[in-house]
Amino acid sequence: MVLLSTSEPTGVAYVQTTNLDGESNLKTRYAKQETLQKIPEKENVSGLIKCEKPNRNIYGFQANMEVDGKQVSLGPSNIILRGCELKNTTWAVGVAVYAGSKTKAMLNNSGAPSKRSRLETHMNLEIIFLSLFLVALCTVVSVCAAVWLRRHRDELDYLPFYRRKDFSEDEEKNYNYYGWGLEIFFTFLMSVIVFQIMIPISLYISMELVRVGQAYFMIRDAEMYDESSNTRFQCRALNINEDLGQIKYVFSDKTGTLTENMMEFQCASIWGVDYNGGKATSQDQKDGYFVQADGQVLRPKMVVKTDPELLQYVRNGKETKEGSYVHDFFLALAACNTIVPIIVDTPDPTLKLIDYQGESPDEQALVYAAAAYGFMLIERTSGHIVIDIQGERKRFNVLGLHEFDSDRKRMSVILGFPNQSVKVFVKGADTTMFSVIDRSLNTSIIRATEAHLQSYSSIGLRTLVIGMRELSTSEFEEWHSAFEVASTALMGRARLLRKIASNIESNLCILGASGIEDKLQQGVPEAIESLRTAGIKVWVLTGDKQETAISIGYSSKLLTSKMTQVIVNSNSKESCRKSLEDAIIMSKKLTTTSGTTNETGRTLGTGSTPVALIIDGTSLVYILDSELEERLFELACNCSVVLCCRVAPLQKAGIISLVKKRTSDMTLAIGDGANDVSMIQMADVGVGISGQEGRQAVMASDFAMGQFRFLVPLLFVHGHWNYQRMGYMILYNFYRNAVFVLVLFWYVLFTCFTLTTAINEWSSVLYSVIYTSVPTVVVGILDKDLSRLTLLKHPQLYGAGHRDECYNKTLFWITMLDTLYQSVVVFFIPLLAYWGSTIDAASIGDLWTLAVVILVNLHLAMDVIHWNWITHAAIWGSIIATFICVIVIDAIPSLVGYWAIFEIAKTRLFWFCLLAIIVTALIPRFVVKVLYQFYAPCDVQIAREAEKFWAQSQSAAVEVEMSPILDHPRR
Amino acid sequence: MDTNGATTSSAAGGGSTSKSSSKKHSRKPVYSRFTQQELPACKPILTPGLVIATFTIIGIIFIPLGLVSLSASEKVVEIVDRYDESCVPSDYSNDKLKFIQNPSINKSCVRTLTVPKLMKSPVFIYYQLDNYYQNHRRYVKSRSDKQLRSVSDEKSTKDCSPEDKTVDGPIVPCGLVAWSLFNDTYGFSVNSKTIEVNKHDIAWKSDKEHKFGSNVYPKNFQSGGLIGGAKLNSSVPLSKQEDLMVWMRTAALPTFRKLYGKIEQDLQANEKIQVVIQNNYNTYSFSGKKKLVLSTTSWIGGKNDFLGIAYIIVGGLCLFLAVCFILLYVIKPRPLGDPSYLSWNRSPAGHPN
Repeated sequence: MVLLSTSEPTGVAYVQTTNLDGESNLKTRYAKQETLQKIPEKENVSGLIKCEKPNRNIYGFQANMEVDGKQVSLGPSNIILRGCELKNTTWAVGVAVYAGSKTKAMLNNSGAPSKRSRLETHMNLEIIFLSLFLVALCTVVSVCAAVWLRRHRDELDYLPFYRRKDFSEDEEKNYNYYGWGLEIFFTFLMSVIVFQIMIPISLYISMELVRVGQAYFMIRDAEMYDESSNTRFQCRALNINEDLGQIKYVFSDKTGTLTENMMEFQCASIWGVDYNGGKATSQDQKDGYFVQADGQVLRPKMVVKTDPELLQYVRNGKETKEGSYVHDFFLALAACNTIVPIIVDTPDPTLKLIDYQGESPDEQALVYAAAAYGFMLIERTSGHIVIDIQGERKRFNVLGLHEFDSDRKRMSVILGFPNQSVKVFVKGADTTMFSVIDRSLNTSIIRATEAHLQSYSSIGLRTLVIGMRELSTSEFEEWHSAFEVASTALMGRARLLRKIASNIESNLCILGASGIEDKLQQGVPEAIESLRTAGIKVWVLTGDKQETAISIGYSSKLLTSKMTQVIVNSNSKESCRKSLEDAIIMSKKLTTTSGTTNETGRTLGTGSTPVALIIDGTSLVYILDSELEERLFELACNCSVVLCCRVAPLQKAGIISLVKKRTSDMTLAIGDGANDVSMIQMADVGVGISGQEGRQAVMASDFAMGQFRFLVPLLFVHGHWNYQRMGYMILYNFYRNAVFVLVLFWYVLFTCFTLTTAINEWSSVLYSVIYTSVPTVVVGILDKDLSRLTLLKHPQLYGAGHRDECYNKTLFWITMLDTLYQSVVVFFIPLLAYWGSTIDAASIGDLWTLAVVILVNLHLAMDVIHWNWITHAAIWGSIIATFICVIVIDAIPSLVGYWAIFEIAKTRLFWFCLLAIIVTALIPRFVVKVLYQFYAPCDVQIAREAEKFWAQSQSAAVEVEMSPILDHPRR
Repeated sequence: MDTNGATTSSAAGGGSTSKSSSKKHSRKPVYSRFTQQELPACKPILTPGLVIATFTIIGIIFIPLGLVSLSASEKVVEIVDRYDESCVPSDYSNDKLKFIQNPSINKSCVRTLTVPKLMKSPVFIYYQLDNYYQNHRRYVKSRSDKQLRSVSDEKSTKDCSPEDKTVDGPIVPCGLVAWSLFNDTYGFSVNSKTIEVNKHDIAWKSDKEHKFGSNVYPKNFQSGGLIGGAKLNSSVPLSKQEDLMVWMRTAALPTFRKLYGKIEQDLQANEKIQVVIQNNYNTYSFSGKKKLVLSTTSWIGGKNDFLGIAYIIVGGLCLFLAVCFILLYVIKPRPLGDPSYLSWNRSPAGHPN
């Protein structure tokens, strides 16, 4: 919507764009003077707006408006986007230019995809195999049945156990026989019914149950409870728990995710002197600075800790030379910004709080800092500002303002002082500021400031350099006329303004530098460190400026000084291609010269110079959805860190889909704002931070938690457990059902292929309902291969998920072979032992039922790692329950197998068979397991042994022994 | 303001969030060993000792068990005599079906069996049928267990067709299973002295008491166009028809034995037993075999060496594996839980794999 007019006389509208880009501060949008004058709320305004086609870019807008024959150009600051909230503005009138699904907000929406866990996707493939196997079994049975019918076709009429002919009526007719073609067809259908347990429908149910159980434990985990926001972990999607154990890429938002979205003024270097506060603030300073006016107390909303020494200087006023510099410094902080002070009422009528709202949180922090030192910004209009300096209100005319842009990387304000002098205050990034500072003056101070800046940025502070210059009247006049011309120019206005700005921002006198801490969330550097140790690639996608992103990269230990940074900033496709190609060559050189190549994720970066890729949103516009994607991916794979700055919400999703398309690795996106929604939905696993920035991210996420650092226990502990449990459970379920079906199948081969089951129907049904279901679910929920401590201590153990250790094709086929063997043992031992004996079908059926159930439960028991009382109860309870069920079923006189279990249990042969079956069936698995564990142990296995033996015997020595392990992989 | 004081607001300037959270009920999960997954647990690990011990114990238990059951099976004395071929007169040998289907021909047949070893009482008499699929689906379904139990369910014969009813009413016992009741009979004599065959208690007690009703009498049985096997005395209730009960316990496998009776006297070695067989049952139509079996029994059952051999093999295998593992552990040991074996500690060149 193009703004025409607002309730503010100046035509300003304050908006909050939380829903669009996640930034919670106020932004100013302006109505054009031309329309403002016409009072569109009362009169009709006619005009023509020409604007560009709807696009996704929320930071750009190009249009012009024709009013009264005058061309007015419109930019992004003249429009309010759908999804913005008006703040402190009662009304605004505008013309809608994009509507409905063409709005930028809607274009940035990607539909919510349905997610399915990777394990499940793999499992579905395996289920197709099993279905084919089932069809094969049924085909074998039908073919055999057909052969049998053909061979015996002459006998069928009188065969005592077939009796095709019905003689009870006078005429002879076939009874229940429809020709051998149909008979075969029926046999096939019947075999499908009998063998359908092969397809583990119950598996889906148990998986859901297990996931609910796992979710319960994740939610209840006290270590993932956020004290400050009083939020628990939330499990919003129930079907991707196990994906948490296989994450290879983490895409993180910055603001609100890595950082708390709270800037804090930490220290300043003024006139070459470092004031880094930090000393314990005395009690009387606790309330901070305040001013009294008209019986009312004004106080800044945020309290900033102050440096007493500096405060002293400020109080003493301008008398000393240092004092005057300090004065100018804070004046610059208070003035050189686009902050809007808003006075907020408090319950106490005499107390009012000043809330500084503005586009940049850095500026907010600086203004709060200035206020704390007694330079309180009280009012801002487009023409003047009022600053309360040490209790004395002063009004400054704002003669001109050059806004921040990413080329100059600085902003400046030209102030007319009450005493008619004119000064320009400039603040900006150190890289660009030093080039415009007059180096001839005060070289020692510049050098000292540079040293301070170095030390600030090394501790991860965001630094800004502040300079000023007094303008002579002639200079001012010259500038003023140029400014007038430029600001009304229709063509190339931005370029002209930039030129003027760079003219005026020269030969500055350095005042000092400030250090602002973008407060990281608790434990973020440690979390990132361990994520990287685990072989997870962390990509940071942020809407922030490149400098901010890099400085956060340093403070969160994402970037280290050892890394080589590759920066891609391009404005066209061609230059993009070129810089990408250069970067690839460079990164290859860097990673290969040092010797080791990156064969696997584990050894990534060891010994070689790690490369960090920094790329901005504009370049991504050209790269995404074009053939350059491939190159970017290639480059990104060589880099250990990727930072993307200035990216739009949909670009975040684009980057994720870039990775998702090209690898089979799992991606996780974590973010907190509405701008992260599309990214969260695109990633395999979306994690929402339930922070301050609304609920959209949480609503779109699969998991939600209070802090970034909870990602570590979530992935390493719960993810690992869930993956291990689910992987085992799926394999076990396949095995469990297949063994039963195969036993049925073998029997069919001895019944003329007619699908008689010795195991009675009730037992067939109860098999997956009662006999074997509970232990599966219990083990799926409660089994723990390693303790939480070990998993957190060795993040590398997470690699088990990356390498698909718990569920893969090989394991599946090995399990199926084992299944085949076990079913043969279960079936043929009783068959041979009872061949040619008086055994009846019901009795041997009971034997088979019990044998299978005990076998599969003991098989499970053999693989259980963590035996607690619930596991014991489930496994042994199931076996007992099976006995009870079999007894109950055999106590029903109307069933064929009446009393069979009692008769057969009286014979010793029965028990001998049972024992032989179980031992024989389990031996191969046991042997393979022992050999594998002993001679090709996986990391998890060793860690488990270490957990058991090392903890007991030499608890003291462990620390010594273990510490090098932790340190080693950190390059 | 601080009503419950559950959460201590961390900083004075902490702002509105901490105030509001202290008012709200804290959602911190209650600690319990269960919810934190810290239940006390035993975590067994397959140590070499455990593995070797397991195999040794299995071996030590299995081999004696195998030997004992093998010797028990060896002690069982069994006489098996196939008579379906030889009991057909030579002039019918090309058309056995005609012989068996002609009711006017005398089906008696005399066989002489030699007792190889002393057979202690009781000697069980079985008939064995080969290639007879009593587990055929059509067959096993064709019965009505309800009808067998009580008179009131006499008419529940829906599963029994084609032997469900005649023009005179429902058949009791209905179905193919009952219809095909085995009807060969055996008479035994040693040195012209008849040996008593006890045909009581050959069926399960449970069948006699509960499954087959004492007031259910055979009705319209074997009265249809095709006679499948034995007829039943319609004045004897089903609960006394033990042959029927034995037959109705359908066999699990196509080669099966059914108990015919018991001889409650010792049979001396080398005694010649004369058996007079009434060869009535038709297995010729599907080339099934009929055998007469006399057998003693042991604590493990009849004569079957399989299980004993299986036990010995498995036990031997386990002992062998135990030895193998001992050797393996001695030759190529791996310290358990040694962190230097962790994949990220194994340098590409240095450590022996």
